[in-house]
Amino acid sequence: MAGDKLIEVKNLSKEFHGKEVLKNISLNINKGDVVCLIGPSGSGKSTFLRCLNKLEVADSGEILFEGVDICKKDVNIDLHRQKMGMVFQQFNLFPHMTVLKNLIIAPMKLQGVDEESATEYAMSLLEKVGLADRANEYPSKLSGGQQQRVAIVRALCMKPDVMLFDEPTSALDPEMVGEVLSVMKDLAEQKMTMVVVTHEMGFAREVANRVVFLDSGEFVEENAPEEFFTHPKNERLKTFLSKVL
Amino acid sequence: MFEELKAQFVLNFITDDRWMSLLWGLFVTLKITFFAVILGFVLGFSVAIVRNVYENTKKLKILNFICNVYLTVIRGTPVVVQLLIIYFVIFSSIRIDKSIAAILAFGINSGAYQAEIFRSGINSIPKGQMEAGRSLGFSYAQTMVNIIMPQAIKNVLPTLGNEFIVLMKETSVAGYIALEDLTKAGDIIRSRTYSAMMPFLAVALLYLIMVMFFTYLLKLFERRLARSGR
Repeated sequence: MAGDKLIEVKNLSKEFHGKEVLKNISLNINKGDVVCLIGPSGSGKSTFLRCLNKLEVADSGEILFEGVDICKKDVNIDLHRQKMGMVFQQFNLFPHMTVLKNLIIAPMKLQGVDEESATEYAMSLLEKVGLADRANEYPSKLSGGQQQRVAIVRALCMKPDVMLFDEPTSALDPEMVGEVLSVMKDLAEQKMTMVVVTHEMGFAREVANRVVFLDSGEFVEENAPEEFFTHPKNERLKTFLSKVL
Repeated sequence: MFEELKAQFVLNFITDDRWMSLLWGLFVTLKITFFAVILGFVLGFSVAIVRNVYENTKKLKILNFICNVYLTVIRGTPVVVQLLIIYFVIFSSIRIDKSIAAILAFGINSGAYQAEIFRSGINSIPKGQMEAGRSLGFSYAQTMVNIIMPQAIKNVLPTLGNEFIVLMKETSVAGYIALEDLTKAGDIIRSRTYSAMMPFLAVALLYLIMVMFFTYLLKLFERRLARSGR
């Protein structure tokens, strides 16, 4: 599994109003990796994730995605974003479209897929997350967990090479967290490359192959999940884990 | 008493088919309002887009400046003055139809107000919608067209309908360039019959009926919007 680099982040830094939120962060993500980013709130983990598809623009550093430095000015970021699916904390489904339309609009408009095959693919994915019967509903008719599953499918419909998850379960009622995590677990089993910002330690431990701890904009410790949770080396990580576990 | 009212009525509306000129005036008023709202829609929509692009990307600096001048000038001067300038200054040497001058004046005026309506509509859409669109690979413009605008327009449709009603009443100053709209038609009847009450009450009544009718349509429409989707 190791070796094939998909994303290489080199010395990424970012400031917000004079406050350093990311300090010189470097990280490689290989094909098939499931990387969980954890850390206290305000540690910069969401900012880091959003820098990966340039929803936030880093001040300095490089992000090589499939060999191209997407931080360069002349790069057409829209093309690269098609290969990076993103799932948000607040789902951000398009409320004026049915579930199905939410799923097929991007493949149809951006990749020139015809309606029939886009629909077919979207329905097959909806089937997998157990929502095929809701295809013609509007998002507002769905529960939070259902909306988030649709949002995951929407990103998948673009057939991305990597999926970015920005606290996908933080806005959900507790009883709906499981259904979303199980969809993500299935994805990981299908060898999808995933970068997940999360507070779900159980998920990180069970599904991730690498866990990264960030604190106040710094990359503190990375390890395989077993080692990470059972033998944390850094003091800050130890304190953090003692609070959340 | 009753006999006199009847005589007045006949004099003001029946003789020489004067009711016809009221009806024609009403038609002119509706025509001007309708086309002015459409012109204002196009202008307002474009201005709102330019200003939004500038706010978010700092592009279109010159266009944005022009838009700001337009908004300041139009909202800072009375519509009658704008109408007079367009007809007697800008088109002084060219013969154009008075209703076209009026449509231009009221359309340009309404555009400035509609621009603000659209802008508030765009701003009412949560930031996450733009981010979701961009994250899928849509460009800024594509996200605007496919995702933000359909929602924004839906949100502002009731306010736009209201703008139509307000504009319909505002066009009553079109008589300043001797255009025979509803108000002017009433005034012409007054000048022929030397009685003011009947013609102006009729004019007022016609405006009122129109406003009530369009308000009613708007309510029906809003109720349908509320039922569809969210």
